[in-house]
Amino acid sequence: MKNLSNEELEKRFQEKIDKDIKIEPNDWMPDAYRKSLIRQISQHAHSEVVGMLPEGNWITRAPNLRRKAVLLAKVQDEAGHGLYLYSACETLGANREQTIDDMHEGKAKYSSIFNYPAVTWADMGAVGWLVDGAAIMNQVALCRTSYGPYARAMVKICKEESFHQRQGYEILTTLCRGTPQQKAMAQDALNRFWWPSLMMFGPSDAESPNSEQSIRWKIKRFTNDELRQQFVDASVPQADILGLTIPDNNLKWNEERQHYDFGEINWDEFWQVLEGNGPCNKERINARKAAKENGEWVRNAALAFAEKRALRKTA
Amino acid sequence: MQEALFQYLLRLGDDSLILGQRLAEWCGHGPILEEDIALTNISLDLIGQATSVLHYAGEVEGKGRDGDKLAFLRYENEYVNALLVEQPNGHFGDTLMRQFFFDAFRKPLFERLIHSKDKQLSAIAEKSLKETRYHLKHSSEWVIRLGDGTEESHEKIQASVEQLMRYTAELFYEDAVDEHLQQQGIACSLIEIKNEWDKTVKEVFHEATLKFPDNNWKFEGGRLGRHSEYMGFILSDLQYMQRAYPNMEW
Repeated sequence: MKNLSNEELEKRFQEKIDKDIKIEPNDWMPDAYRKSLIRQISQHAHSEVVGMLPEGNWITRAPNLRRKAVLLAKVQDEAGHGLYLYSACETLGANREQTIDDMHEGKAKYSSIFNYPAVTWADMGAVGWLVDGAAIMNQVALCRTSYGPYARAMVKICKEESFHQRQGYEILTTLCRGTPQQKAMAQDALNRFWWPSLMMFGPSDAESPNSEQSIRWKIKRFTNDELRQQFVDASVPQADILGLTIPDNNLKWNEERQHYDFGEINWDEFWQVLEGNGPCNKERINARKAAKENGEWVRNAALAFAEKRALRKTA
Repeated sequence: MQEALFQYLLRLGDDSLILGQRLAEWCGHGPILEEDIALTNISLDLIGQATSVLHYAGEVEGKGRDGDKLAFLRYENEYVNALLVEQPNGHFGDTLMRQFFFDAFRKPLFERLIHSKDKQLSAIAEKSLKETRYHLKHSSEWVIRLGDGTEESHEKIQASVEQLMRYTAELFYEDAVDEHLQQQGIACSLIEIKNEWDKTVKEVFHEATLKFPDNNWKFEGGRLGRHSEYMGFILSDLQYMQRAYPNMEW
């Protein structure tokens, strides 16, 4: 292997990809492939962990015991997803703490959707239905991604995510069958979360700098715009069943395309939130930083204790 | 008998409910991701226990109140949890010390309640015991780790002991409710449990190099509905939706 030129290695690598053979941690891979995956997987992990905050915020106020338990279980799943993904990231040689520090310093991103506030109970429904729904669109495609550990983590995560989406939709179903006040609460949540959910698929294909290479390497299997269209097509009938109105005057079925046409995303808002100027960017990062800083003495103690015990064993 | 059993179940259920509520406040703020998972998991177990116990309490009362009505729609002085569980989370060491004191009480309690002549209580105890064993293992391991970790962690958790020990005597509070149910073979003696609790705490403190406080003054009142200033704030979160939007399905 040592004698092979980089060019030859890359050729063999691409052949594997083209034959849909999974890339495993010890296989040779181009640096850019490794970097691209570390970026994507760590951002995905950060999104799971930051995503715990807006929902975690509602556990203490959940309206009944069953909802409280379900929300706890859901947020716990998200922490678990974060753990898998950080582990998948470590198989590429990344350091978990370093990737977390990168996020705290603004060098690594997480899903912008979590920079929007969750202000009513209906938001727990909208987050489940739309945000987890959009995440599933992305993640189902990622179950076939070319990097083995990432693909396998996604299979497990997708199962739990589809449960989350159903429970979110069920929260909204209950509200929409309830009092006019409850239905208005559900409509208000849809009004606030619809557009940010569409933004979850990232910039349009024309503006997406990482897309083309990622598709060639089969890290991504569909483009941002393709996935966004799938999401709109799936969500419209679901909104109809709830009796809710999607806040887009340009939304209409296109017989020729066999897809829904929809309005233009506010890209200024998209880039502003991405740059850190969303309603909750600072709150989310501050909460995560505080968790890390306030926990430092605990982690130090755990390390010191483990060292002491190891010494006593060898003594 | 029914009134005594109802009160007894409220004490059991409210301890789980209020501690579960407190632990849920940690969500997303733990010192490591693994502990976020552990604390939400314990919270989930406790909310599950509260659900079965309070639901059963509603049946025993027979006035049409279910678990949710009891959990969300009582006045502050009608909650009868021990003062320990409503104490604020503080830092991670405070939370784990509170948890350890509680788990060391709950484990022997459930071990005995399995033999309760009340079948439903016995079934609840059996399920809860499995969970509580894990909780106690987790909390005692952390108490030892923090006590025998760094100088800083030792000082911090020793301060947690000083702060929280005075709320532990109340866990063993007994009155006519207990006496009545003990005679029926439904409840168990808390004196025996206190002995076991003392033993567990002594062993763990020894390994954690922690000291018992010099002052053994104690606080109680929770079992009779007299709470600390913290309780009202806990309830304003817990009851927010039910009070703001009464009589709706969620």
